[in-house]
Formats: sequence, C-alpha cells, structure tokens
Amino acid sequence: MAHARGTAETERKAAPPAPRPESDLDAPLPTKRMVLNMGPSHPATHGVTKFLVELDGETVADVKVEIGFLHRGFEKSCENATWTQVFPYTDRLNYVSSIMNNVGYALAVEKLCKIDVPERAKYLRVIASELHRICDHLTLVGATGLELGAMTIVIFAVEARDLVWDRLTELCGARLTSNYARIGGVARDLPEGWIEKTSKTLDRVAEVRDEIDGLLTRNRIFLDRTRGVGVISREDAIDYGFTGPCLRATGEAYDVRKASPYLVYDRLDFDVPVGTNGDTFDRYLIRLEELRQSDRIVRQALAQAEPGEIVISDFRYALPPKPLVYGTIEGVMAHFKQMMEGVKVPAGEAYSYTEAANGELGFYLVSDGGGRPYKIGIRAPVWPMLMALPSMAKGRLLADLVPVYDSINYIAGEVEQ
Amino acid sequence: MSKAVIDALVQRFPDAVRDPYVGVGGDDCAFVKRERIAEVCRALKGELGFDMAPYVTAVDYLGQSPRFEVVYNLHATKANARVRLRVKVDEGEEIPSVTAVWRGADWHERYCFDMYGIRFSGHPDLRRLLMYEEFEGNPLRKDYPLRGRQPLVQEREIHDLFRGPGPATRD
Amino acid sequence: MKSDLDDLPVIATRRDEAQGFFQSIVSKGVNWGRKYSLFQYPFVTACCGMEYMSLQMARYDLDRFGAAAPRFTPRQADLLMVVGTINCKQAPVLRRVYEQMAEPKWVMAFGVCASSGGFYDNYATVQGIDRIIPVDVYVPGCPPRPEQVIDAIMLLQKKVQGQPHRLFERKSLPVLAQGDGR
Repeated sequence: MAHARGTAETERKAAPPAPRPESDLDAPLPTKRMVLNMGPSHPATHGVTKFLVELDGETVADVKVEIGFLHRGFEKSCENATWTQVFPYTDRLNYVSSIMNNVGYALAVEKLCKIDVPERAKYLRVIASELHRICDHLTLVGATGLELGAMTIVIFAVEARDLVWDRLTELCGARLTSNYARIGGVARDLPEGWIEKTSKTLDRVAEVRDEIDGLLTRNRIFLDRTRGVGVISREDAIDYGFTGPCLRATGEAYDVRKASPYLVYDRLDFDVPVGTNGDTFDRYLIRLEELRQSDRIVRQALAQAEPGEIVISDFRYALPPKPLVYGTIEGVMAHFKQMMEGVKVPAGEAYSYTEAANGELGFYLVSDGGGRPYKIGIRAPVWPMLMALPSMAKGRLLADLVPVYDSINYIAGEVEQ
Repeated sequence: MSKAVIDALVQRFPDAVRDPYVGVGGDDCAFVKRERIAEVCRALKGELGFDMAPYVTAVDYLGQSPRFEVVYNLHATKANARVRLRVKVDEGEEIPSVTAVWRGADWHERYCFDMYGIRFSGHPDLRRLLMYEEFEGNPLRKDYPLRGRQPLVQEREIHDLFRGPGPATRD
Repeated sequence: MKSDLDDLPVIATRRDEAQGFFQSIVSKGVNWGRKYSLFQYPFVTACCGMEYMSLQMARYDLDRFGAAAPRFTPRQADLLMVVGTINCKQAPVLRRVYEQMAEPKWVMAFGVCASSGGFYDNYATVQGIDRIIPVDVYVPGCPPRPEQVIDAIMLLQKKVQGQPHRLFERKSLPVLAQGDGR
C-alpha cells in the first residue's frame, strides 16, 4: 500500500500483487523441524533415556524414546545364579522400592513350588513392601518438584525417605537394596522396639507429606504445568497396557491388591484412589493419596501381625535354622544342597503379578526342575507408559515433556532389566 | 471364567488352539498355532474382552524343536480374568505380530526380537530395543555366552586383580 | 586411551625438583581453591543415584565440602561422578562426556558397578569404568552409604591438594636417567 503510490506505472504493468496479510508479523513462516537429542546423560531423564524430540518451534511434533543404556543383563545373569541368588538381582530392578521386587519374585517362585508362607512372614512382607512404596512415591513427588524447579520439595521428600530408610536399615541391613524376602518367608524378624520407632517415623513422614501437599497441590505454577498435560484416555491406557497409578489416573479402578489379593491385603482396610482426567496432575495426586493409604496399611499390619515363624519349615525350600545346621545331619545336608545346587523348584512355568509402586510387576518363571532358573522374565510396569509417551507428549510444548516423563515414574533398573 | 474363555477359544479355533491346560496356581493356558495367533488374539480382544496384553515374552528351549516359544499373558480388565497363550516358533520362522491388536505388545515383541532373534511379521518398527545396533547376536539365546561382551569403545589396559594380567578383551 | 595421568615421569629431573618455593606456594593455593569448590557432573545411571540424591540433600550434605553445585554440563564441571552401572551402550557416551570436560578434571567411580562392574559380569556391562576413562577415586558399595562417599570426597580432596601445578605447561620430556639435559 505504502509503496504502490510511488510506483503506480510499474504496478499497472506487473501482475497484481498477492493479497497481503494484516501485518507481516502474522504471516506464517514455514520452518523446518528440528530434532533435539535429550541424551542419555541428562538430569531430567532420570538417568538413562534418550529422547529424540522432533520440534516444530517449541511444540513437540514427535518423540522417539530410546532405551537400553542401563541394560545390565538381568535375565541372563539370573539364569546363571541359583534361585536364592536371584534376590539381589531383583533388588536392583526397581531400586527405589526394592522389597516389592523381592516379594514379587518370591511369590512367583512359591507359586511354582506350590508352597505357602507363614502368616507372620506375609505380614512382614506387606509391611516392608508398603514402606518401600512410601519411599518410591516420596522420591517421585520429590523428583517432580525438582524438575519443575521446586527444589524444596525434593529436600523434604528425601528427608522423609531417609527416615524410612533408617527403619529399613534396622530391618534388612541396607537402605536401598534390601534383599529381604526369601523363598518361603523373609530373611529376618523385626528388631526390638522397631514397631514404636516405625510409628514415630510414619508420623514424621505424614507431617512432611502434608507439607509437600500444602506446597504443591494448590500451587498456581504447579497446576499450570501439570493440569491437562500428558493426557491419555482410558481406552488408550488399557490398550497400551498401563497399570498402577497411571492407569488409575485415567479412571480405571484396577489395583492388583484389590482385584486379586495376595499376601494379607484382603485382611487390611485401605482405599484405592482413582483419578478422572488422566493427566500429570492426577497422577501426582494419586501418588500423594497412596502415601496416606500405605501409611494406613502399615499401621494396621503392625497391629495385626502375630508372633510366629518367619520362614516355612520345609528344608527343601528354606534354609534350616542354624542350631539344626550345626547339630543334625539332615540340617547340614539340607543346607549344603541348597547352597551348592540351589533350591530345586519343580519344572513348569508360572506368571505371578503384584502391585508394585508403578503398576503391575509380573514375573514369568520357567523352571526345568533344577537349582537355577531356566528363564526369568520381568514385566516392567513402566514399559507401557514409555510406549505411550510419544502420544502423551505430542502437540504440547517441549517443557511439558518433563512433567509427563516425571509422572510416569520411570525407574531405569526395571525398564532396562 | 478364564477356563470358559479357553474352552470358547478351543471351540472357535479347533485347529489353531490346542492342548489347553491349567497351570500352577490356576492359570488357564493353551497352545496356539504360530500362523493363527493374530486371529486368535483379535477374537480374544474383540469378543471375549481381553483388552490388555501385560506381558509378551519368549523362551529358548535349546535342544527342543521348535526351539523358541512366545508366551502371551493376557488380561481382561472388566472380567478380571487372565489367560496365557503359548506359541511354538522355530528358528528362522516368523510369527505374526499382535501390535495391531494391542499397542502395548509393541516393545515386548521388539524385546523378543532383540534378545532371541524371533521376527514378527507386520510389526511397525522391528528393531533392537535394549542392545545397540552394532551388537551381533541375540544375548538371551542359550548358546550365547554369558560374558560375550562386544565393547563399542576401545578398552584401556588396566591392572585387573580379579582376572589377572592379559588384554582387556580376554573375558 | 591414555591421558597425562598415565604418563607420570618415573624419575624427576633436577630441573623439575628445583621447582622452587614460589611455585609450591602457588600450587598449594590453587589446589586449596580447587578442592573446596568441586563442581560435579553427576553421571547418574542406576541405583547409586538414589544414594547420590541422599548425599546432596539436607542430611548428608555435600555442600559442606564445597561440592554442592551439580553442573549438568561437562564443560563447566571438574568432578565427573560416575554413579551407577555403565553398560556397553552407555560407554561411548561416558567417554564423550569425559573428553568434553576441561582440565583439571577428576573422576570418581561411585559404586561397585562403576568401580569394577559389580556382580553384573555379563555381556552388557563394562567391568569398571577404568576400562574407559582414568579414575581417581573408587567408592565400593552397592550402593555405598553416603558416609562412604563423603570419605571418598575427602580422599579426593587430599589428592587434589597434593597435585603439582606448574606455572606454565611444558611438553613432557622423555624419562632421563640423569638430569642436566644429557
């Protein structure tokens, strides 16, 4: 318009110009898509995932997830270890809630052996599992806070987690990789005074949890970054195979502890939180609520547990107690056979699943009758969520990838076995 | 309920589904013929309500023929029922992919391809999942050595007290 | 791949020994500054990462030793803490990160998987990161308690204090039997 006045003659001779948009600022500029590599060593990828993010400006057009940077050969190593020697390997699967892996594997082996554990062992397994579930959810809430910039949250969460770990150190010997369950029971009984200490620890954890709740749940920035982000519909979630808090966030109320109760979960009274939107905020809220429910479960289990045996007395599957090992010939022989050759699990195959902190943790065991597993397959709860990550993150901004990825609670050990 | 499912399957696909049995702990399982697995899975999802495939894996029975077995552990969320299908695959044979039925079987099939070398026909993106592309072989096969490392980076010579003197690639 | 840490001269020439009082004072000062301000690059992969988190936070505070700030870019970091298992797929990534760091740099092998491969003696795991990069301090443990790692940081600080610091770098001369340039 402005320059047409000056060149009226040339304009009349040339072709009429294309209609101009209102302002040059609104003209759509075609851009090339950029592939950004959020590489295997990145603070926000919890260790070892590689994202190849195809960006259209700041919007994510596609995400390719590449894993395998922590593959430690779990299955092959376990094929070369006896059935009991597998327990430390299972610890390091979901290393934030190790006891749940131990218990899941022990339940699978017991399913194959067709043995049942004593009552007290069941209660101890539930108590330890739920304490580790508390640790896992605290770690996740902390990591979400950390990666969205709320560093206070992670400091609080790690403080609470350290307190729970102190109790678990007294119980299992290690803070993190507990190696607590055994085939036929658990490794050791509760120490003196542990129950009172744990109640106090749980009180303190509840205080920290309520502080975190107060800081994050109605926080404007947190809501803006997590509400409506990473939405997945219920049908899609089931199709992908989601389980656990991520599935419950979409509205499907499926919890293995309620649907097919194992150990003593049918005797304990607890609720299962279910979300509505399937977004990151719901996943966070469900985890916060599960912290409360796990607290309930532990307190009830501590009250209900009766003194008793912690390992079955069948020497084919569990080590005999030391007085018998040193005193009787049968004890020595049983101990020797188990240590050297491993527990002889009858031939067959079984798939056993439990509700780990992230979802359904399944173990598919194949035994050939010997002392070593023929195959151990782990169903990692987080694989479906990783598979669905591209569809959850597509169309959103690059900065939204981080809270979505946080909320699925990717633990490298179990994903990459 | 799962027993009824298996019986319905056997009735519907008498030539594809055979040898139903009840495994340890009450799991209902059946063997399925390799070429028809996708059909059977579609029927399971569409009519019998098995909308989730939590775990698909493979086992290497070295010495038996057919050598591999692909195991499908399936779950129906509404009825809360579980079923296991076992498909025998020999070396070099291809098995139809069930990714079109359940998207969640995608990575599990890639894992079987990566670790055992079983090819899935019709899979949208069949490539290695956990191992790197330069890796040769399939680690979880029984004839692959446990310590068969294929390093990507030239390893330095170090004083290895455990293994004793020698080149870095000796183990 | 060898680094200058592998090529320490066996016999110091007299010229080197006569470095001088001034140079050693400068060394002491520079090393004092370096050891109390270690910027870490936490190359976190696995379970040890959880202990690393505990280490950074309020109870076992690494800030007391000056090593608070994790710099998530190797270009700005001095201390590469390899936390967790390194497998053969991750090894080139680790090497590249190490090469991107500027001198002076130190490496801590945090955990037994980084020190020696741990109990993952199989096709996938590198049997210790010292097969890939030179390591200064090894912390065993699966995972190591935070107190162990703090001990390791203190050992590393002692090592840093003892490192010679030349006012200007000369090309390293071949090892001589006697001095005086003969």
